[in-house]
Amino acid sequence: MTEALLELRGLSKAFGALKATDGVDLTVRPNEIHALIGPNGAGKSTLIAQVAGGLRPDAGRVVLLGEDVTGWSVARRARLGLGRTFQVSSLALEFSVLRNVMLAVQARESGARGFWKPVRKDEGLRQEALGVLARVGLDARAELAAGALSHGERRLLEVALALALRPKLLLLDEPMAGLGPEGTRELTGFLQALKAEAGMLLVEHDMDAVFALADRISVLVYGRIIASGTPDEIRTSAAVREAYLGDHLHAEKA
Amino acid sequence: MSAAFLIEQLLNGVQLGVMLFLMAAGLTLVFGVMGLINLAHGSLYMTGAFFCAWIAGATGSFWLGLAGGFVAAAAAGALIEVLVIRRLYERDHLDQVLATFALILIFSELARWIFGDRPLYLDIPAVLGGAVPLPGGGSYSAYRLAIIGVGLAMAAGLYLLITKTRLGMQIRAGESDREMIGALGVDIRTLYTAVFALGAALAGLAGGLVGALQSVQVGMGEPVLILAFVVIIIGGIGSVKGALVAAILVGVTDTLGRVFLPQLFGLFLPPSEATSVGSSLAAMAIYLLMAGVLAFRPKGLFPVDVQ
Amino acid sequence: MGPEHRRELIVNAVLALALLAAPLIAVTLDEPFYVTLASRVAILALAGVGLNLALGAGGMVSFGHAAFFGLGGYVAGIAALHAFEDSHFIAWPLEIGGSEHMLVIWGIAMAASAAAALAIGAISLRTTGVYFIMITLAFAQMIYYFAVSLPTYGGEDGLSIYLRATLPLVDADDGLTFFLVCYALLAAALYFSHRLIGARFGAALLCARMNPERLATLGIAPYPVKLTAFVLSAMMTGLAGALYAELNGFVSPAMLSWQRSGEIIIFVILGGVGRLFGPVAGAALFILLESFLGGWTDRWQLVLGLILLAVVLFARGGVVGLLAGRARHD
Repeated sequence: MTEALLELRGLSKAFGALKATDGVDLTVRPNEIHALIGPNGAGKSTLIAQVAGGLRPDAGRVVLLGEDVTGWSVARRARLGLGRTFQVSSLALEFSVLRNVMLAVQARESGARGFWKPVRKDEGLRQEALGVLARVGLDARAELAAGALSHGERRLLEVALALALRPKLLLLDEPMAGLGPEGTRELTGFLQALKAEAGMLLVEHDMDAVFALADRISVLVYGRIIASGTPDEIRTSAAVREAYLGDHLHAEKA
Repeated sequence: MSAAFLIEQLLNGVQLGVMLFLMAAGLTLVFGVMGLINLAHGSLYMTGAFFCAWIAGATGSFWLGLAGGFVAAAAAGALIEVLVIRRLYERDHLDQVLATFALILIFSELARWIFGDRPLYLDIPAVLGGAVPLPGGGSYSAYRLAIIGVGLAMAAGLYLLITKTRLGMQIRAGESDREMIGALGVDIRTLYTAVFALGAALAGLAGGLVGALQSVQVGMGEPVLILAFVVIIIGGIGSVKGALVAAILVGVTDTLGRVFLPQLFGLFLPPSEATSVGSSLAAMAIYLLMAGVLAFRPKGLFPVDVQ
Repeated sequence: MGPEHRRELIVNAVLALALLAAPLIAVTLDEPFYVTLASRVAILALAGVGLNLALGAGGMVSFGHAAFFGLGGYVAGIAALHAFEDSHFIAWPLEIGGSEHMLVIWGIAMAASAAAALAIGAISLRTTGVYFIMITLAFAQMIYYFAVSLPTYGGEDGLSIYLRATLPLVDADDGLTFFLVCYALLAAALYFSHRLIGARFGAALLCARMNPERLATLGIAPYPVKLTAFVLSAMMTGLAGALYAELNGFVSPAMLSWQRSGEIIIFVILGGVGRLFGPVAGAALFILLESFLGGWTDRWQLVLGLILLAVVLFARGGVVGLLAGRARHD
């Protein structure tokens, strides 16, 4: 059995009396899309932050590509092979779209090192960055300032930046948020094809996209995973319906 | 070294601390509620001192002067809030630093223009001119004791204001969620002007009180301002309680440091070196204290979750 | 090259030539005062170029850069004192005396500034926002009070430098020559800054200012990048301090004061924060105001305050911003 890309073991995080993450176990295997769903307030953002490195868990382990990264910084995890998109686009807004991606390519290649070689004229960086932009369909917008992009385009740029790192695991935090049906369709197709290159932990609210894309789904409610399995298993799980639909289920039966 | 001497120095430290609290409380409230860093706070202190000295000189009454300084500082605060400060709330901290630094220049030059270059003198009111006997046999200036009293009374007053009044409730709400209180219909503009003027008044009061101990001159505000910054960093920016604790801590550390560090070094160094090493360390003492606190508590002793 | 880049290039060229031409013209008109003035502009611009790297590029609002400026000045002063008296700065464990050589003084000034910046930056950069501003201010104050309390080096009154240090091949005592030396160093600093910002390090630094979270997510930790920029920035400002002390023949704690920190920030802002030649324009404007307006009225600082306020509220891009349009980062 191939080693899991990501393993969360007994992850716990509390804020005062509130248990945002309560003993979470989860794995992401190579070339699979593992979706994480749950009602609002379930603790998805807190969990993502602990995987990405922005938040330290109170207990438990985060194992990335075989390494225990629980105490590692965000940057260090990224260098190991973790790519991440943000729910609210986090871009270098004054830079052009192209320079944003060039920075990502640069980061993968050599970090901040290089005092003398000018970036603007670096053909290698440019070409590779343009290539990544072409993959997400943003190459025509390369020279625009990132701040001038539409909402949907910014989401695509987020994906491009993550891809430029050539990650082995992608953390996608509600990538479909704010996209119209056209955009959602395109991104879904894109992620489907991306499976061949990287495993993904996908946090999403859009159920159509989730059921279309996911190989496995885990359901997070009040910080705990109440169900985990294939889309069919989740679709038919009573526990999940209870958590999500609650009263509706009772109303239907009555 | 006698107990009386130690008590006297401790009281001096507390007195300095209480003055720093009056400065720091305004600074920390303005930052907590409005998210604004205000370098011109020292100028408001100076304004209070100048008006106090001027009015006391003209009328012969220290008390009228003090009240006048308090009101003048509040008015000056309200004026600059309406004209300049309120344009800065949405700006980044650099812009706030620069604009309020510009205000320092403007205030200083205006003060020189109106009051001239020579310092003004303010006399301690006769009723407080004497000394009060202390346990241990010494005596202490009644005026300084009164300052401590006023400062602690102000601290208590602020506490009551913030915890028991409507304005205080708005202040606390504003500290935790600035956008929300606007949505709830609180008149933000008036609230902000009021908070700023309150901070200014406290600074002006401090200026007037200290003016009788030292002279009143242009530039007197900035050294106190910087100390007040150290106080709120140690105390936790946004926390009035932190400001009080840190102010007393800083006041006592500074005072005792200046008095005792040279003596401490005198125990094992020749006198001239002891004085110079001791004084140097004493001058740096509160900054070393600040660095020490930050090493363990990067957000100060009583951090407030301020946006 | 876009039209905006071209405009900025022209503005920069004009500034560079004007700064060079002014003292040359002054010499032919036999007005040595203006040569000194030009040297002041060049030196203060150098201090500003240093700060601009930390502040404009890196977004680090350091209100304590006078610490490095003054440190450089004191290196020059102390070196001169010990050289003059033939005494030692430290006798144990190494014998370190004074120096009359400007190159040595520059080297030590930059090294001392780098060391101080490393210590101050390492602590301060663990904080952000307002904390950072106040902490850098506090550290500079600490050094200021330390200098005031040192009787050996003049204390509050400062130190005189009786003999300007020497340079190989040229006569540093000559006003115009000294100006050209300062101008050359300014040019070198500008070139260094330009290359640095345009290189991979610069891209990381700019992103560290714009969006540190994004930088970390890409795999580059912002802290080491910012600290490096802070140290490099301090070295340039420290060098300027040493030159300033040599120019005036005097160093005092005033070079370490918070007012001086504020002034350096003012040059950078007036000229245009983050713009390469911003500090040059800003320093020139400041010195012109101080000399000409100051000669006319004692209240010139009032005018300076009003101009600064106006720039901050209405003309954020400063002089270069007004002349050359908004900065572009592509």
